[in-house]
Amino acid sequence: MSIDYEIVVGLEVHVELATRSKIFCGCSTQFGAEPNTQVCPVCLGLPGTLPVLNREVLNLAIRAALALNCELAEHTKFDRKNYFYLDSPKAYQISQFDMPLAKNGYLDITSPNGAVRRIGITRVHMEEDAGKLLHAGQGGQIGNATSSLADYNRTGVPLIEIVSEPDLRTPEEAYLYLTGLKEILEFSKISDCNMEEGSLRCDANISVRPLGQAALGTKAELKNMNSFKNVRAGVEYEAKRQIRLLNEGGRVVQETRAWDAEKGVTRSMRSKEEAHDYRYFPEPDLPMILLTADMVETVRETLPELPQAKRVRFQTQYGLNEYDAGVLTATSELAEYFEAAAMGTNPKAVCNWLTVELLGRLNVEGKTIAESPVKPGQLNALVKLIESGELSGKLGKQVFAEMAEKGEAPQVVVKRLGLAQISDVDSLKKIVMDVLAANPGPVAEYRGGKAATLGFLVGQIMKVSRGQANPQKVNQLLREELEP
Amino acid sequence: MEYSTLSAVDIRERVVRGELKAEDLCRAVLDRIRALNPQLKIFLAVDEAGSLAAAREVDRKRAAGEVLGPLAGVPITLKDNLCTKNFSTTCASKILDGWKPPYNATVVERLKAAGAVLMGKANMDEFAMGSSCENSAFHPTFNPWNPAYVVGGSSGGSAAAVAAGITPLALGSDTGGSIRQPAALCGVMGFKPTYGRVSRYGLMAFASSLDQIGPFAYSAEDAALLMSVISGHDERDSTSAEIDVPDYRAQLSGGLKGLKVGLPKEYYGEGLDPEVRAALETAKQVWRAAGAEFVEVSLPHTEYCLAAYYLVATAEASSNLARYDGVQYGLRGEGGHLLAMYGATRAQGFGPEVKRRIMLGTYALSAGYYDAYYKKALQVRTLIQRDFNAALKQCDLILTPTSPTPAFKLGERMDDPLTMYLSDIYTISVNLAGLPGLSVPCGFTSQGLPMGLQIIGPAFAEAKLLQAAHAYQAQTGWHKRRPVL
Repeated sequence: MSIDYEIVVGLEVHVELATRSKIFCGCSTQFGAEPNTQVCPVCLGLPGTLPVLNREVLNLAIRAALALNCELAEHTKFDRKNYFYLDSPKAYQISQFDMPLAKNGYLDITSPNGAVRRIGITRVHMEEDAGKLLHAGQGGQIGNATSSLADYNRTGVPLIEIVSEPDLRTPEEAYLYLTGLKEILEFSKISDCNMEEGSLRCDANISVRPLGQAALGTKAELKNMNSFKNVRAGVEYEAKRQIRLLNEGGRVVQETRAWDAEKGVTRSMRSKEEAHDYRYFPEPDLPMILLTADMVETVRETLPELPQAKRVRFQTQYGLNEYDAGVLTATSELAEYFEAAAMGTNPKAVCNWLTVELLGRLNVEGKTIAESPVKPGQLNALVKLIESGELSGKLGKQVFAEMAEKGEAPQVVVKRLGLAQISDVDSLKKIVMDVLAANPGPVAEYRGGKAATLGFLVGQIMKVSRGQANPQKVNQLLREELEP
Repeated sequence: MEYSTLSAVDIRERVVRGELKAEDLCRAVLDRIRALNPQLKIFLAVDEAGSLAAAREVDRKRAAGEVLGPLAGVPITLKDNLCTKNFSTTCASKILDGWKPPYNATVVERLKAAGAVLMGKANMDEFAMGSSCENSAFHPTFNPWNPAYVVGGSSGGSAAAVAAGITPLALGSDTGGSIRQPAALCGVMGFKPTYGRVSRYGLMAFASSLDQIGPFAYSAEDAALLMSVISGHDERDSTSAEIDVPDYRAQLSGGLKGLKVGLPKEYYGEGLDPEVRAALETAKQVWRAAGAEFVEVSLPHTEYCLAAYYLVATAEASSNLARYDGVQYGLRGEGGHLLAMYGATRAQGFGPEVKRRIMLGTYALSAGYYDAYYKKALQVRTLIQRDFNAALKQCDLILTPTSPTPAFKLGERMDDPLTMYLSDIYTISVNLAGLPGLSVPCGFTSQGLPMGLQIIGPAFAEAKLLQAAHAYQAQTGWHKRRPVL
């Protein structure tokens, strides 16, 4: 008989911080520049240069630690992680070893069935990113490269590493954890979390153990997963591989493995014996950092409302349902857009226009909310026009289409197309009288007791007014005229 | 033009008064280098064009009535581990042969702004590792007092440039005695300031937590002048102190009267050369006659200094020197693949002493050894700092020999690294404690070789050290003696 196994996963996530300049020099962190154009003697590690900590890095890292409910260290320091490789011009990375910025945090994840699980965060620390390499020759690996090119633009871009406890139990939980983490980091403007640009990178420590056993099994570290879906797939494959191995009487060996997304398998990269000895020691070029309560509180005040709290507030404050609140809080940009557009008007109506009309349209065009041609103030004005009866809901869609096309304010579109709703009683009465005069037959039918004819007459009035007549008022006027 | 006994203070005054053209002086310095360098081998590179241009600029400013800097027209020599923009900076290593940094060290910028005329780069032990200048990958430097003897190290070229009267000022760096020991062996003053007093930006690191740049000069007055220019906070060096810099030259008076001077008993024991011991005794009489009072103090952890130093310094060096890998700059060895290229580059590029220290440091930081070696060394370092703090509560300054012996003969200690390491036995503790230490000439041996005494003070008490040295120099003429060249 086969044993039931439990999967145990811990994730190590590297996130690039959204600072304008690098962690230890003033070079730009802008992605996509020509190779080696955002470099200086400091980030190139030239002899004699010294690092100076960018204060904004510390602020963002503290913000991340607070957002992840961590305990901040009173004293924190940098250490050198020594290794020889082309991507590291100093042959060491300035990182944090035994006195990280923050420890003992957590992140709550909610499974589709609504159950909430608290995932522990072991530590959050600051470090510098390495350069990027391009290996020419078949295979694109250094082992068979004819030459290698190094781009040091990324060298010294600030990172935080967020290490979770081995609390994740399924590939899906790993996926949910990453989604939740990304949401928090984006909301707090700590990182843009753009995986394609490498702003967020994830390694997974995976082991399995017989269900009910307390001791952890031997783990494999899985690398090279470039999307959340790949993390889920990689964890799933690796856990199954380990279970199969154990069921066949084999042993899991401690090693680093790489995920091959194309083939959907994991491959061994190096064993524990081949692991580096990084010879960590305190970075003598940077003084110990003392985190005062004042510093931490100042950062805490800048901490925005986090997604979960925002979802709850959107339901209570704006009367939205859970689904809509979830959609609107998917990104901080969208949430901000909504709140600006909903100011002083009907939030549910704004939510509908935003989620149905605007997001649908942006989706088709492949645009983000930040690139929307309709600005929050303009959507706000549109909803206000409809709410006040100056524009019919039906014409509203036409106006919206024009706004999205031309980027115009709704008032401008209404004026240009002459679409304002006619609510003025004198003007309406004239139209009503004209229509009644032109349709003696239906009028007689109605008076003869055929109530349904009223609909026909309303339709005629709307047609004559090109849809601009206020339907409620038309109904009211018609009845007044037709009732004896 | 005979200028070699002029002080920096003199030179600047004459330039300001118009009695001396900076360009004429610069040409005379270049002539002297041409005359002396073939035998003494002090310079690795001479900046003829740059120095003349700087001198002419001083003359132009003078002629135009512009304000002249505190070092206007004063020639100065730089140790070859200080980065000079677009000018050869090699650390006396083959691995950097021909390398020209794209930037200036902060001290270089400050010297230029002060109107100094930078003559060139002086020889040193490769990567500042050594006590005799014999570890230079290019050639040793010969002692101006007797070319059969070493100049000391690692800043031996800088010390010799001042001793030989080529430039009245020079800059060196001191990690375990690399300014003070060659100063003593060359008969000049050498000053290692408090850690953090002078920016290290642009100083090619040997051991980052110990390295400090400092001046060579014949007189305390000249050293004070240079100290005021190079000291002070630098936003590019996070370890540089945000403490105001006094005008050291204006604070020279004060003398030795009433000064309480500590004599650490551990520094006057075994291994001290009898002639050095005798010179120290004579110096003490001078100090006492000038009103100083002596007290015996103890630095109980002295015997562990050397061990702690060679763990901390080599550990940091193993990391600092890892960047010389043949990828971006400097020598690149041939190799079929990356690891072979690294190996070939470093095997060919580094000399034996540098390799020895990289291996020591790598070992000390390795998994399983870190606690026993590096961590323990840091703990000992803390004890040494406490020793000094306690001793300096009982006295104003501490007086010790600088080096246990006068200059030794070239080749004499090359096969015996441990004896070579003992050359720094009285100086390395000062780096471990981060304190200021100054070596001032205190006599000559029967063979005519200079000797020095060391003054150690509390952190950032540079002015006090210079005052004491100035007062001592006023009572003695040692610093006025010059080698016959």
